[in-house]
Amino acid sequence: MATDGMRPATGWTPRRPLDRPLKLMAIGTAAGLFSGLFGVGGGTVIVPLLVLWLGYDERAATGTSLAAIVFIAGFAAATQGLYGNVRVLDGVLIGVPAVGGVLLGTRLQQRLPTRSISLLFAAVLVASAVELVLR
Amino acid sequence: MIGAIVIGMAAGVLAGLLGVGGGVLFVPGLVIFLSLSQHQAEATSLLAIVPVAIVGTYKQNRYGNVRRGDALLLGILSLAGAAGGVALANALSGATLRAAFAVLILLMAAQLVRRALGDPKKIDPIGPDTS
Repeated sequence: MATDGMRPATGWTPRRPLDRPLKLMAIGTAAGLFSGLFGVGGGTVIVPLLVLWLGYDERAATGTSLAAIVFIAGFAAATQGLYGNVRVLDGVLIGVPAVGGVLLGTRLQQRLPTRSISLLFAAVLVASAVELVLR
Repeated sequence: MIGAIVIGMAAGVLAGLLGVGGGVLFVPGLVIFLSLSQHQAEATSLLAIVPVAIVGTYKQNRYGNVRRGDALLLGILSLAGAAGGVALANALSGATLRAAFAVLILLMAAQLVRRALGDPKKIDPIGPDTS
């Protein structure tokens, strides 16, 4: 399948090895822009694209996305630091308790009605959006 | 100070429960409750995400869910985009950036509602179901 002799290797053979890095580059660039622009991790961009483009299952996509986000958010935070926008103490005071919160939330996931919580969370997001715009 | 800790805990619990990132909650929390500017809130949120992502990666790695080569490549290849995103954010006014962020979280809210109502078994808002 790799070479069929008759045809010069201008078909998919030489392009194939580049396919993956190019897709990763596109995903990384999109996620980086998104993360830097909005101050979020970028998982919203990375996870679905890893699944759709690279055939990841959802768990691997989530795990791999988290690891990439360490770089993305760390670098974006450092860049924001150059603009003087980072409140380091607030960041630490939020980030460290959030670790505990995430661990607790993950544990509670099996026992709580996540569907109702999703709707409640959506309501919180809508209220936040209104508050941000009216500010 | 207490405010920041409460925001972190609450956002963390919700993030863990629903599988969303903390950032969508850190940013409005910082703006609304701690009166940071949109730019400061986004920058500070990025810093706060780092420990969460590190611990998350550690846990996911133990389950064998981290493809390290791809993660490293993704991380490195995202740096230019991240710098561009930060530069773009800083080129925008606070009001514009706040409005854009408001649109973003409205879209996320819509997605959450769609998933919650669509399939009761699967509520992962960052899941692959985009069909």
